[in-house]
This record gives sequence, structure tokens and C-alpha cells, in this order.
Amino acid sequence: MTDVTMRIWRGDSTGGDFQDYPMTPNEGEVVLDVIHRIQATAAPDLACRWNCKAGKCGSCSAEINGKPGLMCMTRMQDLPGGTVTVTPMKAFPIIRDLVTDVSFNYAMAEKVPAFLPPPMPEGGYRMFQQDVERGQEFRKCIECFMCQDVCHVIRDHEENKAHYAGPRFFIRYAELEMHPLDTNDRRELVREVMGLGYCNITKCCTEVCPEHIHITDNAIIPLKERVVDADYDPIAWLGRKILRRTKRSATEAAVQPAP
Amino acid sequence: MTTSPYEHHDYDVLIIGAGGAGLRAAIEAKQRGLSVGIITKSLLGKAHTVMAEGGMAAAMGNVSSEDNWMVHFRDTMRGGKMLNNYRMAELHAKESPDRVLELEQWGALFDRTKEGKILQRDFGGHRYARLAHVGDRTGLELIRTLQQKVVSMSTDVFMECKVLRLVHDASGAVAGCVAYWRPTGEIVTFGAKAVIMATGGAGRSWKFTTNSWEGTGDGHAMALWAGAKLIDMECFQFHPTGMVWPLSVRGLLVTEAVRGDGGVLRNSEGERFMFNYVPDMFRAETAETEEEGDKWYDDHDAGRRPPELLPRDEVARAINAEVKAGRGTAHGGVYLDIATRRSAEFIRRRLPSMYHQFMELAGVDITREAMEIGPTCHYIMGGIQVDADTAATAAAGLFAAGECAGGLHGANRLGGNSLSDLVVFGRRAGMGASDYAEAHQGGSDLDMSEVEGAVTEALAPFERTTGENPYDIQRDLQEMMQSNVGIIRTGSEIDEALSALEVFNERVRNIAVKGGRPYNPGWNLATDLPSMLSLSRSVATGAKNRKESRGGHTRDDFPKPDPELGKINFAQTSDGGNWDSPIIVTESPLLVMPDELKALLEEGK
Repeated sequence: MTDVTMRIWRGDSTGGDFQDYPMTPNEGEVVLDVIHRIQATAAPDLACRWNCKAGKCGSCSAEINGKPGLMCMTRMQDLPGGTVTVTPMKAFPIIRDLVTDVSFNYAMAEKVPAFLPPPMPEGGYRMFQQDVERGQEFRKCIECFMCQDVCHVIRDHEENKAHYAGPRFFIRYAELEMHPLDTNDRRELVREVMGLGYCNITKCCTEVCPEHIHITDNAIIPLKERVVDADYDPIAWLGRKILRRTKRSATEAAVQPAP
Repeated sequence: MTTSPYEHHDYDVLIIGAGGAGLRAAIEAKQRGLSVGIITKSLLGKAHTVMAEGGMAAAMGNVSSEDNWMVHFRDTMRGGKMLNNYRMAELHAKESPDRVLELEQWGALFDRTKEGKILQRDFGGHRYARLAHVGDRTGLELIRTLQQKVVSMSTDVFMECKVLRLVHDASGAVAGCVAYWRPTGEIVTFGAKAVIMATGGAGRSWKFTTNSWEGTGDGHAMALWAGAKLIDMECFQFHPTGMVWPLSVRGLLVTEAVRGDGGVLRNSEGERFMFNYVPDMFRAETAETEEEGDKWYDDHDAGRRPPELLPRDEVARAINAEVKAGRGTAHGGVYLDIATRRSAEFIRRRLPSMYHQFMELAGVDITREAMEIGPTCHYIMGGIQVDADTAATAAAGLFAAGECAGGLHGANRLGGNSLSDLVVFGRRAGMGASDYAEAHQGGSDLDMSEVEGAVTEALAPFERTTGENPYDIQRDLQEMMQSNVGIIRTGSEIDEALSALEVFNERVRNIAVKGGRPYNPGWNLATDLPSMLSLSRSVATGAKNRKESRGGHTRDDFPKPDPELGKINFAQTSDGGNWDSPIIVTESPLLVMPDELKALLEEGK
């Protein structure tokens, strides 16, 4: 293959700049292979996160020529020649070089109310393939957090992270909502606290998902419908009136369209 | 309580490693009401468990009603060439069905049978369809389920934190560890009443491996240095089917489920060569013709299983022999063909990750073309010697579970027995460590001289202005181990490896790293290399001592099994407790199996 210039962002939370590394990719190499060769030669302190190098762990997310992608699954030969720009995910704070602080996602995971099944009958639960398949699609998620990175609600508005869980967690809530055994009702939480209403279904998340999960069509839109059903169902409404449950103030904010 | 000059945390139970075994152990200790800390080199949920594809072996009998724990026990022992710790194999076979059901109670979504039960698939060496699975991403399902359970229990997880050494207290018991934060490079110490080692595998010392960067054998090495025993270190599994082309993905795992679901192996002449490699031990249960083998897929009573589904050591050796005989592919592998045997729709539904992996990394459509595959370094059967029931090691206060523990798999692991190993013995390690922690309520002080020794050693590469690049050492080590202690071994090459490793020790003592401490992969590698070298030396030492061929250990100069050596494990201890200290080898006799279990091994022979 012909030579390329790897233009890699180097720096930390205080700032940084691009550095160019001239490289000659070998046949079949992915971006991560080339990064590894730069580490082994010119820049042993070039920080990048990776584990499996097989598209299964979701560690090596970065922005390649401006587009979020797994470095281990992006082949050099599929990129236009000349210069290949690699930058860290924009939506998260920089730790160093290509490594970002993704702790926002772990904080959101802690807020998910646990799976709550009925007691297991003797010999195990019975579920049918067509019923588990919907949840299985969402459980393919490898937590690369590229859907979070590309979601404009947080990519361009840091302040929204306080009240917006993001696509990765909407598929988690959808999975639990559609789980044949789960008995925990999280619909109000998703609407009032997790900011489902901010999503205006631009499908950017679906486009970057390396597992090809239909995040918008199969998770977010059905979840929005279920949340609305819960809120405007007259029987549920009556139930709330009788039980004098008052909505928290987050409710009004959550139904506003995204800025 | 310890007064540490560094950031310090105390727990009842401290777990090193956040793969399936570590997380399952954490759940157990949390359920007992103990304080639990988990340390991982990576982010939570990225451990090598995610790479497990085919499934989790458990004799639930959902697909083959004849299946039960006794047959699973028999298959595991025979697959392990009888070198196994029988008690571990027994507990594993008995308890894995409950562990699968437990995952379902925590939210896992396994594939289903028509009756709505958990579906099970066929795999090499398992007599019946036994692997509970989710397509070909079962490991991801396992780790995500355990991760979500652990998070829901508010467990402290220290992510991207690399442990350097275990640390003892004044009584000589393991009482914590010293580590550093990868993002900042700052030192952190941990005190604990009990420590569980659950660090996984060690394949990174080889050039072609399925293992991620994390598989540097840290747990094996640190346990050895801390006073535990390692057994069966020569028993390393080379998985028969790794990708061979393009070179950049050479070694990447191709799941055994391809063969379980009908895929066959062919050489460059188009021959299904596995029929020529059926050993006597498995002849009675293996098909003699292609027609018979093909019938078995649809109806297990209509024929015997095809030889492609022999245990992994047999298949890997056969592929190696075919390539050596000049019947390999252009890139030095053989063909794995499912395209001509199953519909494209079936392949995409049953093997979605494989379809995706070959399409995106090799430009090969596995529904239309054969895959090129060859053996790849995959799994270490050997590890820290443990008590089967409690997971206690020879070092007081230290417990071990998962791939870093030895014994369950003997000389060769059956596919699917790893995921079940993680949860069966992860739970038992959690129980064993909790019992120990409850009995040692006082808590004790860390030996700070051990802490300071480890810190000084870890930071030394920053002090050197001239010295070696750690990446050069890693590359040379991988090439050396691949050629001298690979799938087929011989005495002279093992000796060569052992002398070469002395030179590598010298080189590691002379590493210089560039840059600062925050997230510096060159330095991080420099701190992994002592484990990698220690591990490599243990494997070579085991290989030198076992003068026979058994399971994952094949000696060209001793091609047959030796019944006398089949009665012992080689145990290794450290003489000095440093990463470069000499290793002492002793013979450790196998546990004596009760007669009623012995009888099970004879059945259906």
C-alpha cells in the first residue's frame, strides 16, 4: 500500500495539537495496527485504549477522519489515501492523546434500576425465542460509547449530561422494558430523569453503531411510545390522582425538545 | 490499619480482575455483606471474557435429555487426559446448570428451545448438546449480566488500575497489593483480609494468540511470587481455529461453534482430513465416514459425531500436521468450510459475529467461501493450584478462580467449560474468601518494604536515560516463545528458550521509557513484562519436565503419553519471591478419585 500520514491528536486536558507520523500500511491492516506500530517505534507513550482487537470489547473508539469508529475494525485500505486523522471522542473529557474519560457512562449505568424478575419456577423460566430476540438485539451492545459520542444532545451541550442518559442507556432501558420477565417499571424515570424527550431521533447513534443495532427505530421510538402511553393512559392517570402522586419538577424539562 | 504514604483502600475481600470469575466472586462476597473492592487493568466490561463465543457448558439436558452431570464430568476428565483435579471437575459438572439459571435471574437472555427452555449446542468433546449460548457472543452476555449485577449492588470498582505485586503482612499472609492508576500513574495501595486472584490468561507471550493485551499472566506470576504454587504450566491450549490471513489479524479466534453447527475442515486437496486423525481413546464415539458424521448433526442417534468435533488438542495437532505435510493453504492454514454445508440464512443467524469478523477484517463472505484457519495460542490450563471447594491457594489469604487457577481442565480444556468455570469457581472463591475474611476480623498492616520495593522497581525505567524500548523486548519475546515453546515442543528448543529467557531478564532490567507517568503505554508495558517473563519461564520449565505428550502439551521427542507422568502434576514455587527468582519444581500427585467417580469414566468408552 502507499504511504500515509497518520495525523494524531496528542495532548491532555490542558491542551494539545496534531502530530504527523509517516507510515506504510501493510496489507489488511486496521488503524489500530498502525497506531501500535507508531507506539512500538516513534512514540512509545502514545496513549490509546484497546483490548480485544476484534470488535468485541468496544475499547478503541476514536474519531477517524472526523467520524466515530472502532480503530480495530477500520481497515486502512478503506480510507482515502494521503492523510488519516485520528482524534479522541469529542463528547468526553480528554485523559491523554486518544484516551478519554468515559466515566459519565459508568455513572449512568449505576442509575439504572436493577432487573427484577418474578421468583424462578422449578426447572427455570420459560421464554420464547421471538420474545427474547428484541432484548438480544440491544444486548449485542459492546459499550464502545460511540453512540453517546455522536449524540448532539451531549456532544454539543456538556450541561445536558446532568439530565440525559444517552442512546446507550436508552437501549438498556428499552431492553429491560421489553424483557419478558422484568417487573420493574422505569418509564417515569426514563422520561423525568433520563431525558428521553431530548432525543429528536436524528439517528446519528444508529449510523455509528458497530453492532448495527437499530437504536432509534427498535429502542428509542418504541420507548418513547411506551413512556407516553404510561403518562397519558387514563387509568394510570386516575391511579396517580387517587394515590396523590405528584410529579417532580424534572418532568416539564424532560418533555421539551432538545435545544 | 495500614499507614500508607500513598492513596490507600481497605476491604474485607479484594478481587484482582473483573472478568467473569472476578465479578462472580464479588457478587458472592457482597451477598455475604462484606466490603468488596474490584481492581481491573481495563475498563469494567472489557475483560477477555467478552471474547468467549460459543457458549457455556452445563448438563441441563434441555436438548439431549440423556445428559447429566456424570456425563459432563466424564467428558471433562477424558478431554483433560485425566490430569484434572477430579474434585474440581465434579463440582463444575454438578454446579454449572444452577449457575446458568442464576444468570437468567440476573437478566441474561439465552437462545431458546421450541419449548422455551435454554437452548444448548454441540461442541467438541462434549457427548451431548450442552452449551447454553447467545448466538456466538455468549461471553459478552455473561460479562454484561455479571457487570450489571455487580453495579446494582454498589460495588467499588477500580478501573484502569494495574496491580504490581501482592503484599504480605507481618504473619506472612497475603494482605493486599500495590498498584498504580493508569490514567495518572499515581501509586495506590490496598489492604484486605482476603485477596482473590481472577486475572485470566497469559497468551500475550506468544506471537499468534487470541488473547488481548491484558493476557500477560499477571495473576499466575504474582501468586507465584507471593508464595502460591503453580501447576500444569506446560499445558497451554492452541485453539485449532484462528484466522491466518490477513497477517494483522493472524491468531484471532474463530469459534468452535462453526464446527458444532456443521462446518468441516479440509486441506488444500479438498480432503476432510480429520478422519485420518482419530485417536484410539475417541474411536468408539467418532464417525468413520463422512455420511455417518453428517447424519449425526440432525439426529445424534443416527450416527456418531464427526471427527471435526474431537477435543481441541487433537484437532490443532492434526491441522499442524497437514500444513507440515504440504497440504496447507497459501497462507499456512487449512480450510474451514461452512458455506457449502449450511444456508446463508442459517450461518448469519447462528454465527453473526463470525460473519461480521471475516467480512470486515478479511473481506471474506463465509456464507459463500471457506475460511482459512490455523492453530492459535488460546488458553492456559495450568495455573495457581487451589483447593477445589474453597479456591484457597498455598499462600494464606490468597484465593484464585478462572483461567489463572489450575486443575479443572487438566491437560486440555473442552470448549464451553471456560465460561462455566468462571461462574462455578468464581462463586466458590467468593465463598472461600468470605469465610476466611470473616475468620480474620482484625485486619493487619501491609509490609511497607514490599510496597516500596515494587514501587522502586516499577519507576526505575524512568530513571534510565539509555536503555531498551519495552516494545522491542515484547516483540522478541513473542517470537522466541512462538518458535521454541509453541504447539509442538522438543527438549533442545525448550532449553534454548530457558537460556534465552535469562537474557530477556537482563533486558527487562535495562528498560528505559519515554514520557511521563499518566497513561503511558510504553511504561505500562514495562510493568507487564516481568509477569510475561515469569510466566514464560514457568511454561518452559513445565514443558521441560513433562517428558511426554498429553493434551495441550506435545513433545516431538516424547510423542506418547507416559502413564507414570499421568499420575502427577508438576508444581512450581518461587525461590525468593521476585519476578526473576529461580523456580523450584516438585511432583504433586493427583488427588485420588473415589471409586464411584472412576466408574463413570469407564462408561460408554
